Amino acid sequence: MIIHHPLLGPCDAQEFTYMGDARLIDRPDGMAEGSDAAFHDYAYLRENPAGEHRELWFHEQGDRSWLVVTRNTLTHEITQVELARDVARKQGRSR
Amino acid sequence: MHDLTPLTALGASKPRSDTIGPVTISEAPDVALASVTARLGQEAACQDALRALLGIPAPDIAAYASGPQLSAFWIGPDSWMIMAPYDTHPGLANRLTSVCKDTASVTDQTGAWARFDLTGPDLPRLMERLCNLDLAHMPPGRARRSVIDHLGCYVIKHQDGILLFAPRSAAQSLHHALLTAAQAALR
Repeated sequence: MIIHHPLLGPCDAQEFTYMGDARLIDRPDGMAEGSDAAFHDYAYLRENPAGEHRELWFHEQGDRSWLVVTRNTLTHEITQVELARDVARKQGRSR
Repeated sequence: MHDLTPLTALGASKPRSDTIGPVTISEAPDVALASVTARLGQEAACQDALRALLGIPAPDIAAYASGPQLSAFWIGPDSWMIMAPYDTHPGLANRLTSVCKDTASVTDQTGAWARFDLTGPDLPRLMERLCNLDLAHMPPGRARRSVIDHLGCYVIKHQDGILLFAPRSAAQSLHHALLTAAQAALR
């Protein structure tokens, strides 16, 4: 499988480590009301779609950047690759 | 006063050099290394500081560049490795810290990596057996990190050949992989 890294171009998936659902970016506020339930969901609940899935990949044997990869779990086709940093900032996070 | 004999990464008192077919693989000790990573919001200031020190702009994505004294290569977003001869720059990390001040985090990497210099024609024929990078189509002045024989290594292509940085504790493993591949591909 080839992942088209936004900075480096096509890279072999061998260089990456799969780090799970991209929802892990949306860490709940631990000080907010009802954070116990929010953290339960954050830690344990995942969608398991047969189709398009947004997931985190870490370029461990490369430039060490975290990517958000949109991959079809049925065909392994990758339709979008973004830097996780850019995704988080787009959602209003400071880093 | 201690009277210790310095050893190279391969455990000998002299750096090893092997010539296999047209290719020479040489261990290159005495390299000072330090990594510089810009702090959040200080990226532009860090690049200005590096430009003043290197005499050239900090290398762009996946690039390698040499200044009058120091050379540098890109290792990640807003992150660079600076390289210099150890004899003239024993305190490279300290110097970088004093130049970059609060704009960057500097780590001394001198003892962490072993460098091998590959020279000779037909290096892509050797490298295609070792890693995923397409060295035949990679222009000089490119620096990438990839996997060679299960080891994360920096691969730098320059005008006269290739520089490889392996984790120093695995120098013998990489050296073995290089010799094995060279004997298979080039003999």
